[in-house]
Amino acid sequence: MKTKNKLALAPWVFTIAFFALWEIFCHVLKISSFILPAPSTILWAVWEYRNQLAYHAMHTLWMTLAGFGLAVGFGLLLGMVLGSSRLINAGTYPLLVGFNSIPKVAVVPILVFWFGVGWVPPVMTAFLISFFPIVVNVATGIATVEPEMEDVLRALGASKRDIVFKVGVPRAMPYFFGSLKVAITLAYVGSVIGEQNASNVGIGNLLTRASAAFEVPLVWAALVVLAVLGVIMYAITAYAERSMTGWAQRSQMAA
Amino acid sequence: MSAFVDIHDVTHVYARVEDGLPAVQNLNLKVNEGEFAAIVGPSGCGKSTLMKLATGLQFPREGTVIVDGREVGAPVKLAGMAFQNPTMLPWRTTRDNILLPLEIVEPHRSRLRRHKAEYVAKAERLLAQVGLKGQGDKFPWQLSGGMQQRASLCRALIHEPKLLMLDEPFGALDSFTREELWCVMHDLHAAQKVTIILVTHDLREAAFLSDRIFCMSARPGRIVAEREVEFPRPRDIEITYTPEFSSLVHELRSHIAQARQAA
Repeated sequence: MKTKNKLALAPWVFTIAFFALWEIFCHVLKISSFILPAPSTILWAVWEYRNQLAYHAMHTLWMTLAGFGLAVGFGLLLGMVLGSSRLINAGTYPLLVGFNSIPKVAVVPILVFWFGVGWVPPVMTAFLISFFPIVVNVATGIATVEPEMEDVLRALGASKRDIVFKVGVPRAMPYFFGSLKVAITLAYVGSVIGEQNASNVGIGNLLTRASAAFEVPLVWAALVVLAVLGVIMYAITAYAERSMTGWAQRSQMAA
Repeated sequence: MSAFVDIHDVTHVYARVEDGLPAVQNLNLKVNEGEFAAIVGPSGCGKSTLMKLATGLQFPREGTVIVDGREVGAPVKLAGMAFQNPTMLPWRTTRDNILLPLEIVEPHRSRLRRHKAEYVAKAERLLAQVGLKGQGDKFPWQLSGGMQQRASLCRALIHEPKLLMLDEPFGALDSFTREELWCVMHDLHAAQKVTIILVTHDLREAAFLSDRIFCMSARPGRIVAEREVEFPRPRDIEITYTPEFSSLVHELRSHIAQARQAA
């Protein structure tokens, strides 16, 4: 078989092998489904709770996308400002890093004081947790424009704004799309944390309630749904990255 | 006739330099309109600083820089530039890279959208002139280094600048490609009548292309010798193998050697 085919098959083989081993492991060692349910048990639970799971998953998806969308808009804007002004960059960097260091789960109570329980805290948590990598990447892309390129344009009388929009922003796109893959994953973590603590719907909330009621298979089923959703969203951003910045992925390493 | 580029008694110190040593000191240089001038010198002699001064990217600490009859107080806007690194934008096709200056410089900037076809035709003409006919649709990274450098020359000339600044544009190319591009450059100069200042390490390049050669000393840079080149134009690459050419190159070499020793 050709290497290319092997590479295409490898993810499937490894994934199926992983679950098969898990299944065998559970049956051979007779592990209680309270500790670690077998994949078949979890799948059964997914089927059994499908309506409930679908409803909550849709909610989580919306929260994540809303927070992610906010983060993309805000991240692009702030990244452009930081990338084009060394002064603002140097001035705000400690603040940004400090803010990013706060575990966002600690911010949820404040969001509840401000907005109450509902859809706002999950969206805000998703946004707060995911904008930072976008800002840093866009700013880096813009700030590292080749000095010769800058000279060429400045000698023509280009303004700072011209240089940022003609060269900086397009040049930052590979960094931007790279950061989206990180940001979507983080946004997802954020919305689930928000739902766990400050919402009456969503997978996060479902998880909290199921674990409080010791409904172990439902907890695992929710986790599986989270994983599948996460993979799908990651794949969509990765696809967007490839189709938007093909010019940046011409190296043999990326092929 | 007053000079097109007149650098008079200029001393320049970069603000971020720690030892406070000037990059250039008491620099005097005059280039006439339409002339092809070359500046040669040991590495680190402030040749690039000179480029920045002449295009208004830097302003001198002391002395004056006059370009086209006006003292330079802002980027001059009538200059085109090309560097050793072709700095093509990888997300634009070669043609769109060449059209980039027109998106910046007036009056083209406001005309570009409505007169696109006219400008594209102009870019195609330039591409044909440098031997890149029909390559405009390719991305720069699909071209070889020499081809990218040709495209970079087109970009420097598309807005019909009155002054073309070349900073070692052929420095990274192999010697065959380099000689080819000398001829391209020679023909472009003959066709466009633009004033050119070429900064280079290559004495043969300076001797073949230019009307006037300035030798710079090591940092802080000054002009230590000025030499007119009398070979008639148009020139053929064959002249580089004549004894007159060799003796000129030899003479330049001794100036540079002295400049290096003095440092």
